[in-house]
Amino acid sequence: MSGALLAAGHRRLDKTRGRDVTGGLLAGLSGVAAGLIVLMVAIILGNVIWFGWRTVTWDFLSKAPEQGMTAGGIFPAIFGTVALVILMVVALIPFGVGAAVYLHEYARPDAWFTKAVRFAVNNLAGVPSIVFGLFGLGFFIQFVGRGIDRAIGADVWWGQPSLLWAALTLALLNLPVVIVTTEEALRAVPRQMREASLALGATRWQTIWNVLLPQALPGILTGAILSVSRGAGEVAPIMFTGAAYFLPYLPQSPTDQFMELGYHIFVMATQSPDVDATRPLLYGTVLVLLLLTFALNLTAVLIRGRLRARLLGRS
Amino acid sequence: MVFVFREALPVLTDPAVRAQAGVSSFFSTPIWQPVGNVPKFGIASLILGTLKVVVVAMLFAVPIAVLAALYASEFASDRFREVLKPAIEMLAGIPSVVLGFFALIVMASWLQAVTGSVSRLNALNAGIALGLAIVPTIFSVCEDALRAVPRSYREASLALGASRWQTAWNVTLPAASAGVGAGVLLGLARGVGETMIVLMASGNAALISPSVLDSVRTISATIAAELAEVVFGSAHYSVLFFLGATLFTTTFLINVAAGMFVERMRKRLAGA
Repeated sequence: MSGALLAAGHRRLDKTRGRDVTGGLLAGLSGVAAGLIVLMVAIILGNVIWFGWRTVTWDFLSKAPEQGMTAGGIFPAIFGTVALVILMVVALIPFGVGAAVYLHEYARPDAWFTKAVRFAVNNLAGVPSIVFGLFGLGFFIQFVGRGIDRAIGADVWWGQPSLLWAALTLALLNLPVVIVTTEEALRAVPRQMREASLALGATRWQTIWNVLLPQALPGILTGAILSVSRGAGEVAPIMFTGAAYFLPYLPQSPTDQFMELGYHIFVMATQSPDVDATRPLLYGTVLVLLLLTFALNLTAVLIRGRLRARLLGRS
Repeated sequence: MVFVFREALPVLTDPAVRAQAGVSSFFSTPIWQPVGNVPKFGIASLILGTLKVVVVAMLFAVPIAVLAALYASEFASDRFREVLKPAIEMLAGIPSVVLGFFALIVMASWLQAVTGSVSRLNALNAGIALGLAIVPTIFSVCEDALRAVPRSYREASLALGASRWQTAWNVTLPAASAGVGAGVLLGLARGVGETMIVLMASGNAALISPSVLDSVRTISATIAAELAEVVFGSAHYSVLFFLGATLFTTTFLINVAAGMFVERMRKRLAGA
């Protein structure tokens, strides 16, 4: 009510105030900046859709690349991407949710260890993705992988780029996303539910497992979807940890290499033997990756919106 | 992250590696030629390349993102905001490999037609594409900061007879300056570390030249381009990890600085 009155007051004041022409122009300029962003997004998406939509047919989605990637489809890259993000989520969710539950339910907020963990999580989010790639190569492949090989006396089996190591690298990259969204969801669970459960004699862990986590599920799901969307688009961390230029077969086990959509785009865009023949396929692949990412992001936004609405409805 | 540093350590400690690639050799030669009979690791060209691309990106992204955030929080109608917000979210959701693809296939030709540059892929092209990638980061942090400025500040200014632009520019923006600083720094950190865009759009020639129309090679792109072929444990391998450690340290420091700005913003508003 008072807000509406104030707004009306502003409008009246605006009329009586002397016109500020320069200010009006500068305000217009800031509007142009905002419009420019919308325009650039429209140009990029328009360009990709315009040149890409004809390519995306069932054949394109279900066939393997042929003739040095100048014909055929992208099925192995789609398969690899899906396998990669599934493995990533399997590794990521228990660890990320566990960390969030610890931070939110058990850790004392002012203990130095909690602060150190929070500081690490916050800064992990800002680490360049290429550094994750280096870490994946140096730690997972050279250290853990080679270590396993030495222990079991294998020649080179685990200690080479593979689906598993790429998925673990991506899981690490997305850890902050899941921790932050899960904590947000835990915070949204009303106090009364927690107290009701404890009053009924449930232990702390029973409360977390049977009350809090089911309530926080949409939040956890949001985090998982956002990390899948990000994981599907990241190329730098998987370039040396498992993605392959071209494979004539699909990966059979987590220790195989794989093809991936983002990396496939990079390869087709920079190393194609015949640029003109590759271009339609390239546009098609970009369109598929964009649609996949946007669909995932949209789902996450919708779930999060419902979570927020539930929260607002209560308070 | 300890591991990245561990793999980088031979640059400082291992005498065999140091003979080829000690820190002193990084700046004694201008040439980056890691493969050859006498490998040369002159990282000056890579540092310069990174700086050139990032400066172009910031010159492009900061004015647009900050002004757009100001517009969105102070002037925009609800209807325009409903277009702008999803557009920003979409831009943030575009994978960097797609932006790199767009810069490589489409934008490079447009820019070459405009500037008449010799090399199609250059620092300007990579910089603008990188700018596109960091606009959402700067925009959302700035907009949050501007929105957090209490209404009473604006009303006091308007009541004193200032116009809406004078209020926005002289009152709201300075009040949110710490948040704007944080947004710019976070954008900078993202720009320094971003890999795929510069790898695809910059041309990757390690030249030392002042012009933004020449091809450049950045630190991140060097790691991405060379790590796949490098011999494990060689001097080259260590140097690449050293570059990674440098990149990590740089972005880490920028992020910590951004965190301090955010803290300051929170304190100022709590005091208000």
